[in-house]
Amino acid sequence: MNFWFDPVNFIAHWLTGLLTGWGLAPWLAGAIIQLIGVVVLISLMMVFDIFLVWVERKVVARFQDRLGPNRVGPFGIFQPFADIIKLIIKEDITPDGADRVVYNLAPILSLMSVLLLWAIVPLAPVIFGVDLNVGALYIVAAGSIGTLSIIMAAWASNNKYALIGAFRQVAVLVSFEIPMIATMLIPTILAGSMGMNEIVQGQQNVWYVVLAPLAALIFMIAAIAELGRSPFDLNEAESEIVAGFHIEYTGMKFGLFYAGELLHAFTFGGFWAILFLGGYRFFGLENLGPLVAVVILFAKAMFGYWVIMWVRYTVMRIRIDQMLAFNWKFLTPVAFVLLMLTALMNTLLRGTPVAVYICGMLLTNVLLGWIIVEILRGYSRGEREKIEGAAPAAATAHR
Amino acid sequence: MTAMQIFFLIVGLIILGSALMVVTTGNLIHAALWLIVTLFGVAVLYAILNASFLAVVQVVVYIGAIAILFIFAVMLTHKEMRDRGPQLNNGWWLNAVIALLTFGGLFWMLRSWNGFLKSAADLPASYDGVAQLGRALISPDAFVLPFEVASVLLLAALVGAVYIAFNRK
Repeated sequence: MNFWFDPVNFIAHWLTGLLTGWGLAPWLAGAIIQLIGVVVLISLMMVFDIFLVWVERKVVARFQDRLGPNRVGPFGIFQPFADIIKLIIKEDITPDGADRVVYNLAPILSLMSVLLLWAIVPLAPVIFGVDLNVGALYIVAAGSIGTLSIIMAAWASNNKYALIGAFRQVAVLVSFEIPMIATMLIPTILAGSMGMNEIVQGQQNVWYVVLAPLAALIFMIAAIAELGRSPFDLNEAESEIVAGFHIEYTGMKFGLFYAGELLHAFTFGGFWAILFLGGYRFFGLENLGPLVAVVILFAKAMFGYWVIMWVRYTVMRIRIDQMLAFNWKFLTPVAFVLLMLTALMNTLLRGTPVAVYICGMLLTNVLLGWIIVEILRGYSRGEREKIEGAAPAAATAHR
Repeated sequence: MTAMQIFFLIVGLIILGSALMVVTTGNLIHAALWLIVTLFGVAVLYAILNASFLAVVQVVVYIGAIAILFIFAVMLTHKEMRDRGPQLNNGWWLNAVIALLTFGGLFWMLRSWNGFLKSAADLPASYDGVAQLGRALISPDAFVLPFEVASVLLLAALVGAVYIAFNRK
């Protein structure tokens, strides 16, 4: 095995040989190496998270026609380190009547729920934490711990604005989970497995975004809602409930929520890339080596993260009733119809040539999209007529 | 003892301890949070038994849905989330006797069983429990009928909930 071709597994093998050479039992050596792997992966993600703060601030500045951080270091890249020092030396306030243990546990759980997701990310064909055969469900399970952390934070802060913010946020999380699960099942059907590795392997010929563009779109919308980002950022509203569930948190505890949110956005960008954009695949470039594959996956995850930011900083926020109606009356039915249609077409087109299969799936999606747009057009026309009343004859002539 | 058995005992102790905290703590929200610890411990047990699907579903359903629902219900119904009444009622001795009898009966039944110290055989690498479960759920000579009946029941519950919440104009 060549060090330059696959350094991670090379070092792992070398360490295994070293530890067993010292007389350790093989299972103990394996456990120690797993532990080192976990610590290294989490540390790298946390360091990367610091970099994400700078990326987020730079990108939002560009969207808003500003420069963003530009004083500390080249292009302001050391700005997050100054922010971290500021967060650490801030006074750590625990509000009166707060439930201390739960209050301190909530930010940890919040960041943990994001870091847990990296266990199943296939960074390269040979670099992954664990190849879980229920990967898609695991994403939802880790998300439910995030939901729990929000409720814990809000309840333990002893603040009614925090509680209202958490109620809103949890209502969003619980309801947008459903279209998200439904759309995650579509790559599962196409690949024939819930495991992330096999889903990436299944995209050898064609990325699933071609076979299921509507599913990719719905997954992205649901992911933005799960992240609590604009246009679904109802947990945070300066004029009503201030900062939502983390209103009472100061210093590094707030920093954990903030870091968790940024890393969560990047992680969902990564899962979007894995489920629909071919993961570490890029026209055979991934065969050059595992490290190239990791770079490809990170570039694609960055693209997903950029789409999330793009939506966040350009779209207006909506009211909670609009958001829940959008989910239950539009996104959920569409996701279920899409799921059934994809399962049906996948079975019908099995065994046909690849070109026919791809065209059939794409055509199904285009047709369904067209039908949805037609239904929406009819619905909004009806709503407009209800509000404006029967249009006067002169106005109808112009239409 | 193997590492797995030690791990199992630790998880078992965590489950029992947190279950005890659920019924003894005075604060309802704390009881719900301890319940989450218990349910998470059960998920870990499933994971030890190589039942990855059940472990993940345990977390999704019990922690992601049911426990969150508990916490919401408690927050929306109680103004003061602290129960100051006595924690035992008059029938406590009867329940203690029944619990002891049940434990004693189980203990007596399992006394002659010699599988306590055995460890489970390793599964073959190609074993895919999820695929087998999926096939069992939709195959006609396995569980397709109970599965469909349960689905219809859940759908009926869903329709019922919508009917109750529906605001007739």
